[in-house]
Amino acid sequence: MPNYLYESAEWTFDLVNKAYDAVEEVALGDLGLNVYANQIEIITSEQMLDAYSSIGMPLMYRHWSYGKRFAQEELLYRKGHQSLAYEMVINSDPCINYIMEENSMTMQVLVLAHAAFGHNHFFKNNYLFQQWTRADAIIDYLSYAKNFISDCEEKYGLEEVEVVLDNSHALMRQGVSRYAGQMSRKSMTPEQRFKERRRYEEETYNDLYRTLPHQGSKDHNLVLEKQQAQNVQLALGLPEENLLLFLERHSPKMKDWQREILSIVRTISQYFYPQRHTKMMNEGCATFVHYEIMNRLYDKGLLSEGAMIEFCHMHSSVVAQPSFKHKRFSGINPYALGFAMMCDIKRICEDPTDEDKDWFPDIAGGGDALTILRNAWAEYRDESFILQFLSPNVMRDFKLFAVDDQAEKPVMKVRAIHNDQGYREIRQELARQYDVAYQEPDIQVVDADLNGNRRLVLSHRVRDGILLDKTECDRTLQCLAQLWGYRVRLLEVESQSGKTLKTHDALPMP
Amino acid sequence: MNILDRRLNPKSKSLGNRQRFMRRSKASIQEAIREAVKKRKIADVEGGEKIKIRTKSLREPIFVYGRNAGRRDYVLPGNESYQPGDEIPKPKSGAGGGGSEGSPDGDGEDEFVFMLSREEFMDIFFEELKLPNLIKAKLKSMRSPLPVRAGYSVDGPPSRLNQVRTMRNSLARRIALSRPTPKEISKLEDEILDADEDADHDRALHLRHEAERRAFLMKKIAYIDPLDVRYNRYERVPQPMTQAVMFCLMDASASMTEELKDLAKRFYILLHLFLNRHYNAVDIVFIRHTSTAAEVDEETFFYGRESGGTVVSSAFEEMQKIVKARYPVEDWNIYAAQASDGHNFLDDMPRTLNHLTEDILPICQYFAYIEVGRHSVGFTETDSPLWQGYKALDEAHSHFAMRRVKDQSEIFPVFHDLFSGTKTAA
Repeated sequence: MPNYLYESAEWTFDLVNKAYDAVEEVALGDLGLNVYANQIEIITSEQMLDAYSSIGMPLMYRHWSYGKRFAQEELLYRKGHQSLAYEMVINSDPCINYIMEENSMTMQVLVLAHAAFGHNHFFKNNYLFQQWTRADAIIDYLSYAKNFISDCEEKYGLEEVEVVLDNSHALMRQGVSRYAGQMSRKSMTPEQRFKERRRYEEETYNDLYRTLPHQGSKDHNLVLEKQQAQNVQLALGLPEENLLLFLERHSPKMKDWQREILSIVRTISQYFYPQRHTKMMNEGCATFVHYEIMNRLYDKGLLSEGAMIEFCHMHSSVVAQPSFKHKRFSGINPYALGFAMMCDIKRICEDPTDEDKDWFPDIAGGGDALTILRNAWAEYRDESFILQFLSPNVMRDFKLFAVDDQAEKPVMKVRAIHNDQGYREIRQELARQYDVAYQEPDIQVVDADLNGNRRLVLSHRVRDGILLDKTECDRTLQCLAQLWGYRVRLLEVESQSGKTLKTHDALPMP
Repeated sequence: MNILDRRLNPKSKSLGNRQRFMRRSKASIQEAIREAVKKRKIADVEGGEKIKIRTKSLREPIFVYGRNAGRRDYVLPGNESYQPGDEIPKPKSGAGGGGSEGSPDGDGEDEFVFMLSREEFMDIFFEELKLPNLIKAKLKSMRSPLPVRAGYSVDGPPSRLNQVRTMRNSLARRIALSRPTPKEISKLEDEILDADEDADHDRALHLRHEAERRAFLMKKIAYIDPLDVRYNRYERVPQPMTQAVMFCLMDASASMTEELKDLAKRFYILLHLFLNRHYNAVDIVFIRHTSTAAEVDEETFFYGRESGGTVVSSAFEEMQKIVKARYPVEDWNIYAAQASDGHNFLDDMPRTLNHLTEDILPICQYFAYIEVGRHSVGFTETDSPLWQGYKALDEAHSHFAMRRVKDQSEIFPVFHDLFSGTKTAA
């Protein structure tokens, strides 16, 4: 007599409850996961589109760009070019899981395993999330942000607020502090924040010009100037890679509410920073977890064979990796790579080959794969995870190869393939490909003249001769100039030689 | 664990975003709609539209790497046969390039395609058009839905109790169940007294029984039973904000070809759509005329055939008659649109003009004259009799407008002209 959790494809609240309990038992018991409390929310496709367009947050301030994204997604969806995700999960405590009403019962079980336990565990345990995000505060913060911005819209007008938001969205990716020490994680009320900002300004006020006696000698002046320049640098905390933070603190013309908006955009950007670092691991972890849970449920006789076949079908399309020649190729599928690597770790622990023993002497044959995996989920990000755990076996399975693509040449050159000479090079290259610091231009504020013409100077450290896209750069720089209020210059500097390759300028428009 | 059903949450959470988006790209959306209207059949105007806009205002610039300089290394999956040192031709577009960069290739082109809902489409479509002389927005039209008597119901608040109905039901029931009346009882009591006096004991006993029975019936059968009670029922009927009637006048004589009628029809459709937007109720009256005029249904109006001469004034007479009979000027906004190829019997012109100025124009909110086709005598184009006649009116009356339409694509611009706030001719 089979003891299936469910028989029909239709889900009901009771069945979802029952399935949740079964999944939870496996996840917490067998897999030893540690998760935030879950909140499951059933939503419609329209609500899913809503969630898509407002960067996946349950509440978000209003901005036209979200409306634009919604219109885009809606068109794709309505025309049938694209189906929607089965679920969406928010890194919050309690962890909010959106699941779609259209899902079949098997899909609901799958998404519970995937999101409510896989992603949830990752959010709660990964060091980057622990360091950078506060799951218990994010919803409150978003609600504050939303209210603050709508208050501003009421007080200062839609357009005024929109301009500030537009300009700061352009710099959102540069609104991240990469070093933990810089970001104060104290929660402050806006008033406190204004006060803190004012205090900071007073403390760092540079009064040298007024107080210093005038000396006739030229040398002395030079020294003084140098000193002053240094002081300015020190006072402004230059060089500064967090452009939004810099503008928020030092932009000469901005009003307090505008600074607060910058701060909001910056905070949200910072909140997503760990996700950019762990996309592959996060998806890999969730996929691995749902795969384990579904199989264990099946072994326990709780899933019917039909359900299992449905699951296998969905799972295999999720982890499909088209080859680079395939017309649907769009980079390496994070689900596929993450899942393959984690399964391979399990294999290495339980059934290692000689090669594995050479490559992973610490874990090969160790047996307890889940402890290793849980540790990896907690202590690594994409880049370091690949560097540590990408095995020759996975490289062979994916048939990975490294190419060297120089813009001026019509052909790409193959540098390494999946053989003994190539493994390490491929691994290194792939890890770098997942390093956010390499994916994004390295742009910093290097100089700001607060007393003369108030020009702001930024530099882009050019690596491997890759310059910024000119049109986009000029437009973004224009946004920066609007926020700064005076002339802005961006130098593209060769990182090794220190040579300036290109200069962009922007003047704020009235 | 908590399961919440969010499906019934208020819809359109992103409406605010949508509005901001629409506001931002308004100019380009308007442009796109104008294009679309020109192309699509006017009969289909009312419907959602996929539109493509080109605009600077939807840009979201960020710092990204350019594609045309520098050296990139990346790892790709799916190596079938390559050895180190092999050279692979680059894919044409960005399709094969390592997935690390999200920027689309084609810059400069800021094209954006999305769906407009029907409502949004129509809103923008009509936005620039203003209804002239909206003076008759009558006071009553400002009222919200009015309760209107609509029969009776078996329940309702006591204040709506309909006494007459209730009593009628009660009476019918009492008669049907033969409930004794107080009069009968007192009569019976008198009889008992009489019987007692006569010492007719049997009769007295019998009568007493009867009295008891009746008293019992009276107690059992209620004077007013819940079954009898009736309440007045009201329905809330939305009062029309304003109401308008649109008179379509058309020359049906042989000189109006199918093609010309088709042109005219499109104009009427547009006018109707437009009036529909502004008035809750719009009536349409079709009057066609040759040498005589008659009110006809829509089918006959556009497709019926008739031959005869052309006497325009007959149509005005008919219109005036209908207005008097059915559309009192105080309650209705009257619009008239006349389509013609410009012919009229010359003898009739003075009468036509007289009718128009004396009777028709004073009661109309707006009178539009559309001349379709080309009026030519020999090889030279000349003004048609009607056109010549109406010219003077055009200058004298702000709510009179006349235009020429030669081609289907010209209809919308003409319509637009006619109703765009200020009158160009003036």
